[in-house]
Amino acid sequence: MRVATWRRDLGRKALLAVPYAWLVLFFLLPFLIVAKISLSESRVGIPPYEPMVQADGLHVTAQGFAQLFVDDLYVGAYLNSLTIAGLATLLCLLIGYPMALAIARAREDRRGPLLMLVILPFWTSFLIRVYAWMGILKDEGLLNHLLMALGLISEPLVILNTDIAVYVGIVYSYLPFMVLPLYATLEKLDPSLLEAAADLGARPWRAFLSVTLPLSVPGIVAGSLLVFIPAVGEYVIPGLLGGGDTNMLGTALWDVFSLTRDWPGAAALAVAMLAALVVPIAVFQRLQSRLEREGER
Amino acid sequence: MFARLTRFAAAAVLGMAATIAHAEERVVNVYNWSDYIAKDTLEKFTKETGIKVNYDTYGENEALEAKLLAGKSGYDVVFPSASPFFAHQVKAGVYQKLDQAKIPNAKGLSKETMASLAKVDPGNAFGVPYMIAATGIGYNVDMVKKVMPDAPTGSWAMLFDPAVASRLKSCGVSLLDTPTEAVPAMLAFQGRDPMEQTKESLDAVMGALAPLRGNYRFIHSEKYRDALASGDICVAHGYVGDLVQVRERAAKAKKPQTIAIAIPKEGAIVNIDVMAIPADAPHADEAHAFINFILRPDIVAEITNETGYANAVPAADTLVDEALSKDPVIYPPQEMQAKLYTAPPPAGLDFDRARARAWSKFKAAKK
Repeated sequence: MRVATWRRDLGRKALLAVPYAWLVLFFLLPFLIVAKISLSESRVGIPPYEPMVQADGLHVTAQGFAQLFVDDLYVGAYLNSLTIAGLATLLCLLIGYPMALAIARAREDRRGPLLMLVILPFWTSFLIRVYAWMGILKDEGLLNHLLMALGLISEPLVILNTDIAVYVGIVYSYLPFMVLPLYATLEKLDPSLLEAAADLGARPWRAFLSVTLPLSVPGIVAGSLLVFIPAVGEYVIPGLLGGGDTNMLGTALWDVFSLTRDWPGAAALAVAMLAALVVPIAVFQRLQSRLEREGER
Repeated sequence: MFARLTRFAAAAVLGMAATIAHAEERVVNVYNWSDYIAKDTLEKFTKETGIKVNYDTYGENEALEAKLLAGKSGYDVVFPSASPFFAHQVKAGVYQKLDQAKIPNAKGLSKETMASLAKVDPGNAFGVPYMIAATGIGYNVDMVKKVMPDAPTGSWAMLFDPAVASRLKSCGVSLLDTPTEAVPAMLAFQGRDPMEQTKESLDAVMGALAPLRGNYRFIHSEKYRDALASGDICVAHGYVGDLVQVRERAAKAKKPQTIAIAIPKEGAIVNIDVMAIPADAPHADEAHAFINFILRPDIVAEITNETGYANAVPAADTLVDEALSKDPVIYPPQEMQAKLYTAPPPAGLDFDRARARAWSKFKAAKK
């Protein structure tokens, strides 16, 4: 009996070790390397930073971090990234929630094909899809031609190379990451709960607000994190769809890396970006799980 | 029994021969820009020398530099732009000295090009020129005429004169996303030394650029090619080699556009792409053989004919298509050549940081 539990325990631990090993190998180790570079001194050479341990002692500097706060460029980029990612997440939620709900409530044999349609764009390269949006949004593009043919506008709208195009690109690209976890939560909802609400006299809207919505919070949180986190560091979409004035952390990071060859400076920015994102998210997660536990009690 | 033995021995001998041949198989690992060589160059090289070529391509100097600075790239021949990339990499100790005895064809290289390359690589110790192209302005002739019939098309004023840029804004103007191109161009427009790299000159340039920000539809180093070819913008700051390809494409498009290219009269940067051998190249001998082969007039002329970039081998000029060799933006006439300069080598981390920061801020300012 004892041995059996012990064995089961070992099996569970071994299974848990797999994702941990993955995280250590592909997240923690690379991050530690970047963190180490961020504290090194820049130099002209291979590699372009001084080794940390040398014969004359330890070479560590916070210069890479200090230059982040010389003026408000990077703080501005940080705040701007949060704003853009936050707004894009909200838009994804507003568009994605009805989609997920519709799929979850669709006839069972239609759900598969509908989900397939959500996932289908992933079969083409992300870059090609962003380029396609350039063709849609440009002055002489599909959208403007359509609007002009319908007589809605007489002059083409300038959308490409503005922040609006950046939002369109981010919302489009990350929408599936919102829809899928939401669908997973909504699909599991017991429909008899809604029937009960209706029996008790709740109109559909009321039932949605007090039954469906609260029960789908885990899906909302998961989807929002899946959209928000990559959107904050987004680099390709503002580059291709924006006009160069979309000051985001990803683009700022690229400028430091490519224009100055300052690996420690770029690494410091990357570490700061991660810290500025991971810490609030970790706090949020902890708060949320505590609330859930209290709710259970 | 005997027959079987002989067969066995024969197989063994054959096998050994194969191993020896394999050990002696010579290879060279080449890392070049995409679309930057003639179709059969590599094939011809292998046929003549027996050296197999492993050929990889990149799209940006930064991609090459990141690999080189990380070390142990495994490449034998690379093609960085002379300045600031090659210049910085030479300082960082990325390359090995070329063995001139193994590159006899280097004697046929243009003295002028070698001299301007020597500014970033004293004595031409580490690299030889591959292809050359200036940075200039590409514009849509009809669109510009419509908005501003008297536009100063041969001048940086198209981009940097507030009175001009604010009018061209309506049909779309773009800038290259790199201060190493934009800052010297603005200095040339201001009548200053484009090679200057002082805090004062940087402030003067950024001060003049800031109020112009709203006139640039986008600041990007690649997007302008499609945008100019399809008539989405009318003026682009761009690399002449790219612009030549845009001009060709635009002329053949469904809605043909007439694109003209100008090397501004105030002077412009000329980009020399260099062939160099990393210090840790695994096949240095083969790399030298490859460079020597490329510098042969008939070979380099074929590359020019296919890519539209000028080469630095005067003996190849007669072999280059006349449409290219007579084109003043590809082979600039003597008086223009005097106004072409190589971008200054990196001034140091402090200046680079100040310039990168100023550039990021300029870009980020809301239109």
